[in-house]
Amino acid sequence: MELNRLTIHELQEMIKAGKTTSSAIVESACNRIDAVEDKVNSYITLLSDSALKEAEEADEEIKKGNIKVLTGIPIAVKDIMCTKGVRTTCGSKILHNYIPPYDSTVVKKLREAGAIFIGKTNMDEFAMGSSTETSYFGITRNPWDLERIPGGSSGGSAAAVAADECIASLGSDTGGSIRQPAAMCGVVGFKPTYGRVSRFGLIAFASSLDQIGPFTKDVEDCAILMNVIAGYDPMDSTSVPMEVPDYRKYIAKGIDGWTIGIPKEYFIEGIDPEVSDAVKGAMGVMEKLGAQCIEVSLPHSEYCVAVYYVVAPAEASSNLARYDGVRYGLRSEFKEGDGLLEMYKKTRSEGFGAEVKRRIMIGTYALSSGYYDAYYKKASQVRTLIKRDFEEAFRKCDVVLTPTVPAPAFKIGEKTDDPLQMYLSDIFTLSANLAGIPGISVPCGYTKSGLPIGLQLLAGHFEEGKLIQAASAYEKHSKIEIRRPEI
Amino acid sequence: MITKEEVGHVAHLARLHFNEVEQEKFTSQLNDILMYIDRLNKVDTPDIQPTTHAISLNNAFRDDVVKESLGRDLALTNAPDEKESCFRVPKVIE
Repeated sequence: MELNRLTIHELQEMIKAGKTTSSAIVESACNRIDAVEDKVNSYITLLSDSALKEAEEADEEIKKGNIKVLTGIPIAVKDIMCTKGVRTTCGSKILHNYIPPYDSTVVKKLREAGAIFIGKTNMDEFAMGSSTETSYFGITRNPWDLERIPGGSSGGSAAAVAADECIASLGSDTGGSIRQPAAMCGVVGFKPTYGRVSRFGLIAFASSLDQIGPFTKDVEDCAILMNVIAGYDPMDSTSVPMEVPDYRKYIAKGIDGWTIGIPKEYFIEGIDPEVSDAVKGAMGVMEKLGAQCIEVSLPHSEYCVAVYYVVAPAEASSNLARYDGVRYGLRSEFKEGDGLLEMYKKTRSEGFGAEVKRRIMIGTYALSSGYYDAYYKKASQVRTLIKRDFEEAFRKCDVVLTPTVPAPAFKIGEKTDDPLQMYLSDIFTLSANLAGIPGISVPCGYTKSGLPIGLQLLAGHFEEGKLIQAASAYEKHSKIEIRRPEI
Repeated sequence: MITKEEVGHVAHLARLHFNEVEQEKFTSQLNDILMYIDRLNKVDTPDIQPTTHAISLNNAFRDDVVKESLGRDLALTNAPDEKESCFRVPKVIE
C-alpha cells in the first residue's frame, strides 16, 4: 500500500491499530519526493533527513501510547511561515539566506500536535502571484499536466498534496492563494475567517487580508488541521479571542433544509463552459441533499479586482519596506563611498523580482502625497460596500456557492507578460479576503482533458463549521471519481 | 496617466532603482493597471466609511509584564554585517 496517498485520519487509525509506523509513512512520502520532485518542484527546502529522524522519535512515543492528533504525520509548510533554524525564503532572493530564530505560531501548534515537517514549499515571491512562476527558486508544475501552472501563490503546497509528496500542507491566502491552487490541483483548500488563525511568524504581505489555512486530501483532514491551528494568540493582536468549535463535529451532518446562495454576478461571460457545467452539477447535488439553491446578488463584485489591487499593494509597499539589507537577508555589494541610501536601493533592486517591484510601485504611488484619497481611501470605501453585499446575502442563505476559478489551470508562461490578465484569475476568490469571510475550495470534477475543477463555498464571519458541513456533505454524495495525477 | 518621470520619483520613494528599459516597461504596465483601477470612480461613495479591517477589533491591551525576549545574540544571527553587538551599515554622517 502506498501510505503517502492516504489521509491524516486513515493513517491515524492505522497507527493506533499498530498497522503502520510513522517511519513507514515518512519513508513513503520521501520515496515519492525522490521519484517526482525534479518534475514538479513543490519544495524550496526538503527536510527528508530530519523528518525520518523525527519519525523514529514519533514511533517511540507511539509505542508508549502517546498518540496526539498529528503524531507521525508528514506535513509540508509554505515557505512564508517561519520555522526555527530552518531557512525561510518567502520565494525571494532577498531572504534566500534567512534562518528564523523562532517558530511561527502555526508551526509551533503543528509541532505540539505531533506533526513531522517534511519540507518548505515553493510559492510566488512574497505570495504575490497566481501561478507560482515568480519564485526565485524556479517554477512549480501542475502534477495533472506538467506544462501547466499549479495556481498560486501557494502552488507548492497544493502540488505537494496533489502529487502525494506529503499528507497535508499549510498555505496562506491573501486574495485566493489557497483556494485557487487547490482548485487547479484537485485538492481541498481552506481560508479561515480573518483573525481565526494567528499570523505571528507569517511573513507579511497585506496585513488586513493575509490568513493561513490548510491544503488536504479530503474535508475531514481539513477539519482536523483547523482544530490544530485555529484560535486566539496573544502574539497576534488581530487574532480574535473567540472559542473555537470542534470542526470534526460538522462532518457528515448533512445540509437538509439549508439555503444556498448563487451570486448571479459570478456566472459571467468568459467563464469556461466546462467549469460552469461542473459547478451547476454541484448545485444539483446540493439540492438532492435537501438544500435549496436561490439566486443572490453581490452587486459590487465587478470592483473586487480593482479594490484588491489598491489595498494589497498599498499594505505590501509598507510591509516590504523592512527589507533594506541591514538586519537580515540579502545585502548587495556596494562601493566604498556609497551611502546608506545607495545600499538600500541596490539591495532592494537586486533582491526583489519584477512582480514584487510592480506591486511596491503601485502601493507607493497609491499612498503618495496627493493620491491617497483617489486610490486608497476610495478603494477602502468600495471595500465597505463589498462587505455589505455579503452581509446582505447571508441574511438570505447559509452559504454562497461559486466556481473557485473561472477556468482550469493555464499554460506556463501564458500570462506572465500581462499582469492584469494574471490578476483577473483571482476574480472569484478576492472578495472573501476583502470581506474577511471564510472560504473553501473542494474538487467538483474534471475537464475532458483531465484538469481538476474546484467549487468554492463562502460563509459569514466565523462560520467555518458551516463550510466544513456543506463541503463534507457534497464530497460524500457528489460521486466524483477519485483520480490521481500520473506523473 | 503616470509619466516616466513620476515612475522615477515613486521608485526613489520606494528605494528602488530601474534602468531606462525597465522604467519604460513599468510606466506602461502601471498605466494599464491604474486605468483598470479607475473604474472605482464609477461607484458613488460620498458617506461610506472606509474599511481598513474586515473584522471589528478593539485595542488589544495587556499588562506591562517583562517577558523573555529573543536576546541580542539571536537577533544578530542573520545580520549581513555586525560589529560589537550592533548592526553595521555604511557611514551615514560625514
